Parts: sequence; C-alpha cells; structure tokens
Amino acid sequence: MKNIFSSRIGIIITGAAIGTIAVLLQVTGNPPNMGICVACFERDIAGALGLHRAAVVQYLRPEIPAIVLGSFIISLIMKEYKPRAGSSTVIRFFLGVFAMIGALAFLGCPWRALLRLAGGDLNAVTALLGLVLGITGGVLFLNNGYSLGRSYDNRKSSGWIFPAFMLVLVLLNVFDVSFSEGGPIFSSTAGPGSMHASVWISLTAGLVFGVLAQRSRFCTMGSIRDIILARDFHLISGVAALLASATIGNLILRKFNPGFTSQPVAHSAHLWNFLGMALAGLAFALAGGCPGRQLILSGEGDADAGIFVLGMTTGAAISHNFSMAGKPDAVIDGLYTVGGIGPWGQIAVITGILFCLIVGFTMREKIRV
Amino acid sequence: MAEHKIDARGLSCPQPVVLTRKAIDAGYSSFEISVSSEVSKENVLRALGNNKYRAEISQDGNDIIIKAMK
Repeated sequence: MKNIFSSRIGIIITGAAIGTIAVLLQVTGNPPNMGICVACFERDIAGALGLHRAAVVQYLRPEIPAIVLGSFIISLIMKEYKPRAGSSTVIRFFLGVFAMIGALAFLGCPWRALLRLAGGDLNAVTALLGLVLGITGGVLFLNNGYSLGRSYDNRKSSGWIFPAFMLVLVLLNVFDVSFSEGGPIFSSTAGPGSMHASVWISLTAGLVFGVLAQRSRFCTMGSIRDIILARDFHLISGVAALLASATIGNLILRKFNPGFTSQPVAHSAHLWNFLGMALAGLAFALAGGCPGRQLILSGEGDADAGIFVLGMTTGAAISHNFSMAGKPDAVIDGLYTVGGIGPWGQIAVITGILFCLIVGFTMREKIRV
Repeated sequence: MAEHKIDARGLSCPQPVVLTRKAIDAGYSSFEISVSSEVSKENVLRALGNNKYRAEISQDGNDIIIKAMK
C-alpha cells in the first residue's frame, strides 16, 4: 500500500499538525513556547522520577510516552514494526547524553526552537544557526564514511520493552502514584514543570504526533541534513509548515512577542545558545535523528534509538545535578539579568563537541564504490 | 559484467542515501542496493528519482532490493 504521508503533502500536514497542536497545548496549560519539546519533556520526566532534583522541572509528561506508543501502534498496524538492535550501543547512549546537555544549554530541542521562533523568541535564530552548523559537521563525517555500523533484526520482545516502559510512565501519571511521603513521583508546584495540559489532552496530542510522525518520517535534523547532503527539500517542507502554523496560531492568539529579551523559559546568552545547539545538532546527525525522530524509531522497535532516548534522559539528570543546564533570563532586584550556563555547563558543551568530533573521526569505514 | 551491488542493510539514516549518491556520482548507470526498512527504501527511491533513475523493487526475505537504472 502506498504511504500517502511520505509524500510532500503528507509531510506538510504533519508539520502543520504538530505546530497547531503545540500552540493548542500551550493554550490548555503547557508552558509558553513549549507546547511540545522533546528535550524539555524528557528532562521533566527525569525530574518526576527523581533522577534530578530541580524542583521547577518535574512532571511525568504524557506526551513523550504517547509519541512512542503512537508510533508503536501505527507501525504494528502498518507492518513496519521491526525489532532491531546492535549498532554501537554505548556510543549512541553518550550521543544522547551530550545531545541533551547541548539542548538544555539552549533550553529546547529543535521542535521547541521552532516553537520559540514562532512565538517571536529571536534567540531561536541563534540556536538554529548553531543547529545548522552542527548538522553540517555531521554531513561532512557522513560523506567521509562515518557509520555506527549495522543494526540486526532482533526478537519481538526486544522491541516491546521500550514501549512497555513508556506505558508504565503513563500509568504512573494517570493513577497519580506516590512511592513515599514527599518522595517520587515528583510534580513541580512552581515553574515550567507545574504548567501542563490535562493528562488526557497531552496523551491524545502525543498519540497524534506519534502516528503522523511515524507515517511521514518527520525529522527536523534530517530536514537540514538532506538539504546539505542531497539538495533534498522534502523534509524541510514539513518543518516550514510547523513554523508557519505555530506562528499563525500565536498571531491569532496574540502570543507573538518578537525580541531577544523577556522571552519565556529562555536566555539571551547568544554564544551558548549557538554552541549548545551546535553540539545537539552534531550529536543528532551522528545518531541519525532528532529527539522526536528517535522517539518514533524506538516505537518502531529500534532499540538503538531507545538507548539514545535513555541517554538523553540521563543527560538531563546530569545536566541539572551538575549545574550544567541553562538558566532563563530573569529580573533580579529590579534588574534584568541575562541567564545562560555556568562554567560547568560551558565545560560540558565543549567536552560534548570534542566527544562528537572523536566519534565522527574514528567511526569511519572506507566507502568503496 | 557483474552488476554493482551495495549492501545498505541495517544502516541508519541517511547512510543508504549516501551510498546511493556515491554510486550515482561514480557514474554507474545501473546498480543494486539492498536495504532493510521501508524508510530507507523511500529515501533511496527519492534520491534515485531526484537523479532521474528508474527503480525496480523486490523483496528477499526481510531485505528490500532496489534495482536502479538510468
């Protein structure tokens, strides 16, 4: 059966749906310019589980597991579910760790970068330029034989484990489970973690994202990579549709406030917005997908993508536990204070870039044509 | 002459496309590339289409074989 969603119109519908639903999620309770953010929401999940103790970013976000489950269900129905594993597992884990450290230096994944831009946050421009630079580096490596090696077909159960884990996260949220007095599951009472749509709205939105993105192969990193690599403008039309629909949504709702300062959950430390996202872009390119795409792949049975997601979640814990995450701009004692990342965050971003360069240079096979 | 064959099975995105492009750039007017997922198949077909190649697709167990012809 022909997959209509893999056509140009299919990818545009997907992008427009993600952009529109993201704005609706913001209206129904999710944080501003953060209707959906794979990095931020994985970070919130890490917090909810107590893997980090940053009190303002803890909530068991249902969107993330719902995206994986949406992809899992639709790939089963469409017979594309295919358990596979075995391609440089530990490297993928650490690519996930550093991708998250980079994304949290900026405070967002590529999806949120687009949503921030759609809300008028011009810091997203700096970050997207960094993303392009990182992906360009990834393409150079790919053209010179970079490969994490093959994955191999695996037993059915190996592909079920990750979606099953995601289902557990959903159940923990739906039944509001508490493991001990004052213990996890944690839920922020202030800050971005306290802002969320109702669980059913979030679940539905996540399932729609999962189904559409699985069918259309939506990938923000891939959209830029394909242009540089092959002058292929297929995926970017979906990304453009996301940006356009979210911008229109914000304009209608009068939530479009252009500028660099006083943007929600954002900082204007330009160098680190740029370098953070350059690191993230390079790590995504080396791992073969943006954070959203990795969720989709893990739902399809790709255990290597599942490891990347777990790496990102661990990276969020590391980022917050070791004072590496970006701090938003804030007004302190009546003074506008630019946030950004501290020395440990800066060291971590540079270390991450070096790690990715080592991976890119060493994981090469000679391409014989 | 034995046909030029590329084994892109199990490689993550976008390596099947990179290998396809290398074959195109090397001037092969016909070659065969095997991949293991629908996504890789779609990506390779798009790369071939953009470069004015025709393609024939067949299935071999879990593998998808794409024959590319100028």
